[in-house]
Amino acid sequence: MMETLEQYSILLVYSAMAIYALAFISFALDLAKRSSQIKADEVAAAPAELVGASVSGRSGVTDAPVVATTGAAGASGADAGPKRSVTLRIGVALTVIGFLLQLVGVVLRGIAAERVPWANMYEFSITGTLLIMGVFLVVLMRQDLRFLGTFITGLVLILLGVSTVNYYVAVVPLPPALDSAWLVIHVFVASLGTAFFALGGALSGIQLLQNRRETAKGSKFLNFRLLDTLPDSVRLENLAYRINIVGFVFWTFTLIAGAVWAERAWGRYWGWDTKEVWTFIIWVIYAGYIHARATKGWRGSRSAWLALIGFAAVLFNFGVVNVFFKGLHAYSGL
Amino acid sequence: MSRPSDHYDSPSPAPESAREAGSASITQPKLGVVGWLRWFWRQLSSMRTALFLLLLLALAAVPGSLVPQRSSDPNGVTQYFVDNPTLAPILDSVQMFGVYSSVWFSSIYLLLFISLVGCVIPRTKHHFDALRSAPPKTPARLNRLGGFITREYAFAEPVEAGPSTGSGNEAGPSTSSGNGGNGDRPSTGSGNERNGGSAAILESARVILKKAGYRVRTYQDARSTSVSAERGYARESGNLVFHTALVGILITVGIGGGFGYAGQRVVVEGQTFVNTLLAFDSFNPGRFFSDDTLTPFTLRLDEFDATYETQNLDAFGQPIDYTAHVTTTEDGDESDGEVKVNSPLKIGGSDVYLLGNGYAPTLTVKNAEGTVVFTDSVPFLPQDANLTSLGVVKITDGLPEQVGMIGFFYPTQDVSSTGAYFSSFPEAEYPVVTLNVYTGDLGLNEGVPTSVYSLATDKMTQLTGGKTGVDSIELKPGETAQLPNGMGSVTLDGIKRFASFDIHRDPTQLWVLVFAILVLGGLLTSLFIPRRRVWVKLIENADGTGVTLEYAGLARGDDPRLDDAVAELADKHIASLPSARAATTSPEITGAKTPDDA
Ligand code: HEM
Repeated sequence: MMETLEQYSILLVYSAMAIYALAFISFALDLAKRSSQIKADEVAAAPAELVGASVSGRSGVTDAPVVATTGAAGASGADAGPKRSVTLRIGVALTVIGFLLQLVGVVLRGIAAERVPWANMYEFSITGTLLIMGVFLVVLMRQDLRFLGTFITGLVLILLGVSTVNYYVAVVPLPPALDSAWLVIHVFVASLGTAFFALGGALSGIQLLQNRRETAKGSKFLNFRLLDTLPDSVRLENLAYRINIVGFVFWTFTLIAGAVWAERAWGRYWGWDTKEVWTFIIWVIYAGYIHARATKGWRGSRSAWLALIGFAAVLFNFGVVNVFFKGLHAYSGL
Repeated sequence: MSRPSDHYDSPSPAPESAREAGSASITQPKLGVVGWLRWFWRQLSSMRTALFLLLLLALAAVPGSLVPQRSSDPNGVTQYFVDNPTLAPILDSVQMFGVYSSVWFSSIYLLLFISLVGCVIPRTKHHFDALRSAPPKTPARLNRLGGFITREYAFAEPVEAGPSTGSGNEAGPSTSSGNGGNGDRPSTGSGNERNGGSAAILESARVILKKAGYRVRTYQDARSTSVSAERGYARESGNLVFHTALVGILITVGIGGGFGYAGQRVVVEGQTFVNTLLAFDSFNPGRFFSDDTLTPFTLRLDEFDATYETQNLDAFGQPIDYTAHVTTTEDGDESDGEVKVNSPLKIGGSDVYLLGNGYAPTLTVKNAEGTVVFTDSVPFLPQDANLTSLGVVKITDGLPEQVGMIGFFYPTQDVSSTGAYFSSFPEAEYPVVTLNVYTGDLGLNEGVPTSVYSLATDKMTQLTGGKTGVDSIELKPGETAQLPNGMGSVTLDGIKRFASFDIHRDPTQLWVLVFAILVLGGLLTSLFIPRRRVWVKLIENADGTGVTLEYAGLARGDDPRLDDAVAELADKHIASLPSARAATTSPEITGAKTPDDA
């Protein structure tokens, strides 16, 4: 019985991956369409200017990145700015379906293991990516960040792909060191923090591209037209900041909860174990990021780089430190 | 704000530095040194320095995760020296094996914290002042500030309609609906009428803002009257609590480590540990530790239970639970207790942790005459997941020569295809002990401390096992074997379990936790409570028929909801006024101060 649950679980995870792949394609098509839409708009622009429609697409302070192009849509008569983009909506719908499949898969894994489904690398991966998707979908309800769809589905697909292939382990019971309520709290909050950092990192990345486009207009390098349909760099920076600070709060909690757990399990709350070191490094980098945003001359691109370095350290901590470094945080069978 | 001058929110430093340069050039002869110190201090407590040191700290922490550290992995360090004989001494000379207590790592964080103190003290002072002072004067022009909105409010009846007295009193539904002065006041003149109305309007804004937690102050200038309001002082308080609590953590960790101690002790089933200095196998006192802080308690290991997985073939033999059943006495009170991996036992102000466990075969050695020269349960250290274990027996007296034995213990013995023994399950299902016997000098008489877990065989002769051609001694529980050369016999009486305990006292641990919680609380407050100023300005229309109301806000720090908040305030304010013909001009939104309008 338990074995079949476990098999259903992995089957659901695979199905979710397939759906995410389709979602990825939809999101990518939308981005491609945005590029060509801009071109079409520019063609239409000449007459449109007479009626004062702005087609520059610089969405500036508008709420949704999409509003800016609607003016042009009327003039060109073509279907639509991205807001009405069918591919975009299909992408989101597919993401929701994939998320639900994955959710059931993760829950089944937990039932099969008779404990929380985040106690080894494979399980961190499926739960962590589930949270990335969840956070993305929840944030979507408040902010139109659908343009991040390609990045998020892509990232989750890669992470799920690597972990199902390399880290899959059958359900095994918890070793005594992990058998603690703190596993539930500490690891879950760490994954939640990671999910926010992923989203924030993506925004900071786009912010950098956008900034480059804004400051070096005309330069060809990394000068994607579709950036014109996205929010401007200041707005991206503010969004990234807000999401990263939520991640930072979760990370701070993870650090404290980890120390409390270490005290219970190992008799000391801090011992500079490799994993502790990296959790600390990540925390300090993000503290630096927050500071940078409040420092003259560091607002904007420089602080965005720090957010990216921070997220790179998060991925490194998860993908490299867990697997290749020696330390007390050795996870049973990965 | 008394923030560091390179905080992005600080006013441009140009005039200030000009002033300073001026004064410096005048007073240079006298204040040279002080001036320099001040300059240095300002540099150290600037945002840029803090940022630089933070990033440097992150970078400096990295090598400690790449190279084994003496504090957490001493064996790894030894191995590293063996594997990298040329590199290791070089790394050692720059303290790479003790990064987190190294001079360079310490100087970075100490500088950072000095910078932190230099930053926090003036801010705290400034913040205390801010907490007691009124919101600042309303800016002359609001239209360049965040969320700027104007509303027209017309008095119910044009009050300057004519000389006919009393017209004000019957001014329509609004005046009688009771918002203060208008109705009550004998309408002696239109001017009073107007001012009474205006005052009430402003008062209403004041009340609304006060209720919403703003500190308010009314101002007046030639053209207008206004309410200036500020809220969210907790943002700065939280920030200061956060940074101060970080200092608190550093100090408690630094001092706290000094008062505590940590000691390790292996206890075999049936043995009793007495909490005295001599009873520890190893002991690390803090700098300020004194012996009499060791509370006298005893702890007996009655039984050690280990449960291993047997159902799930994917995890066969994996440990599921370890429990040490103990009896403790403290002040003459005896009680039963349990120590588990994730649940230490509290006793006598110390915590007892279960760190490891293994087997301790009970061995008895007799000499040729049959006299017992050694009998003890010897802890064997586990070498793999199935608890193949390695132990050492040293017999100094009673035999013709000193004898040392290196033993292997297999809880469930199995034989590989090459003939080597191994253990296939961690439970003692088919226990076997093998012993290699050495004679010669145990090296115990030179006064050099030696580990009970290792045997220096260089001055000894091997008699069984290995290349001697003589089979190792092999024993199952209850069996006896003869020692070589007719020296005597060795018996395996039985197998016991041992537990290794870590006994630990850190009197400041709780304080670290308290500061950590303050860090988190301060962080939440400082990141998510918006600090903002808002203004409501009232300008009376020239014709006296009504007033123009202006609303605007200023974000102090990240404040995504500023514009909404200003708009809400405007709506609420208008709604609170006597239901006159409040006309709304289309709101102009300028994003001058907050480009972000989400
Ligand atoms: C141990 C080193 C430090 C750490 C880990 C740290 C961390 C942080 C964090 C996480 C924040 C954002 C949350 C909050 O506002 O409370 C922050 C804000 C701030 N920190 Fe630090 N900090 C450190 C040292 C310093 C130093 C040395 C200074 C002074 C130069 C400083 C000045 C500030 C200021 C002014 C803010 C407010 C930023 C804003 O206006 O958004 N910090 N710090």
